[in-house]
Amino acid sequence: MKPQHKKLIVENNIAWMLLLAEQILNDHSLAQDVVQEAFLNAFQGYSALEDQSKLKPWLKRIVVNTAITQLRQLNRRSEQHIDDFLPEFDENGCRIEESSAYLASTEEFVENEMLRASIQSEFSKLPDDYRIVLLLRDIEGYDTGEVAALLSISSSNVKTRLHRARSALKKLLEPILLRGRD
Amino acid sequence: MNKTLILRMKRWLKGQMLKRMPGMLTCREFEEFILAYFDDDLTERQLTTFKRHLSLCKECRDYLRLYERSHAVTRVALGEPDKPVPGEVPRDLIDAILQSKKM
Repeated sequence: MKPQHKKLIVENNIAWMLLLAEQILNDHSLAQDVVQEAFLNAFQGYSALEDQSKLKPWLKRIVVNTAITQLRQLNRRSEQHIDDFLPEFDENGCRIEESSAYLASTEEFVENEMLRASIQSEFSKLPDDYRIVLLLRDIEGYDTGEVAALLSISSSNVKTRLHRARSALKKLLEPILLRGRD
Repeated sequence: MNKTLILRMKRWLKGQMLKRMPGMLTCREFEEFILAYFDDDLTERQLTTFKRHLSLCKECRDYLRLYERSHAVTRVALGEPDKPVPGEVPRDLIDAILQSKKM
């Protein structure tokens, strides 16, 4: 592989790969290590990539796999359990929720950098197991089967984690969504 | 009678109704269908039961609205795959990658 071609691939892709790795690992320094390893793995296997138009999804899979492997090695335990963020029900199975009044529109978030940064901050508070499922499924667009294979868990487990992650994120985002106009 | 107590009584009454009437879901049961609802994975019968609960339960209507909005804004904030990623390109990392002899 020519050095100029390699340089181009790295420069064109390193930024989004770093962002994705950091979203998985919640650690900037580890994300850099993972991206470095991901590129090295990619260049080793580059000859197997037949269709250049598939470069980005191919690189994405490599960086996701590398980041998840790194995360497993860390064996990190969340300090906060997701149950703290899940909906509550009374003894009759009735939801205990306060009614919401004003709800910020999606458009308000498109235009507001600070609101988007707030969302990213709240997202990073989710426990690893749940944050990664939500990231892979809802943001990166992998289907349930693909996420199950990446994480070596069952599809049923993916679905359970996804719903809990969404519920927890909803609770974390409530203060932002209910005052988005501030 | 204070507001909290009134709300609790209303909720208790609702809970009794949802538990006892045939073809009704409690809020806890409703919760289990939410993911399938958004994935269009409910049968017609399940969808009818799901919507019936929604029509009767303001708390679940509000919850679902917020759940859906949270999902949408998260995809906006974290997604945007075609938008250039902000921030500096880490030059030393790029150099380290290009100089590596692993391959």
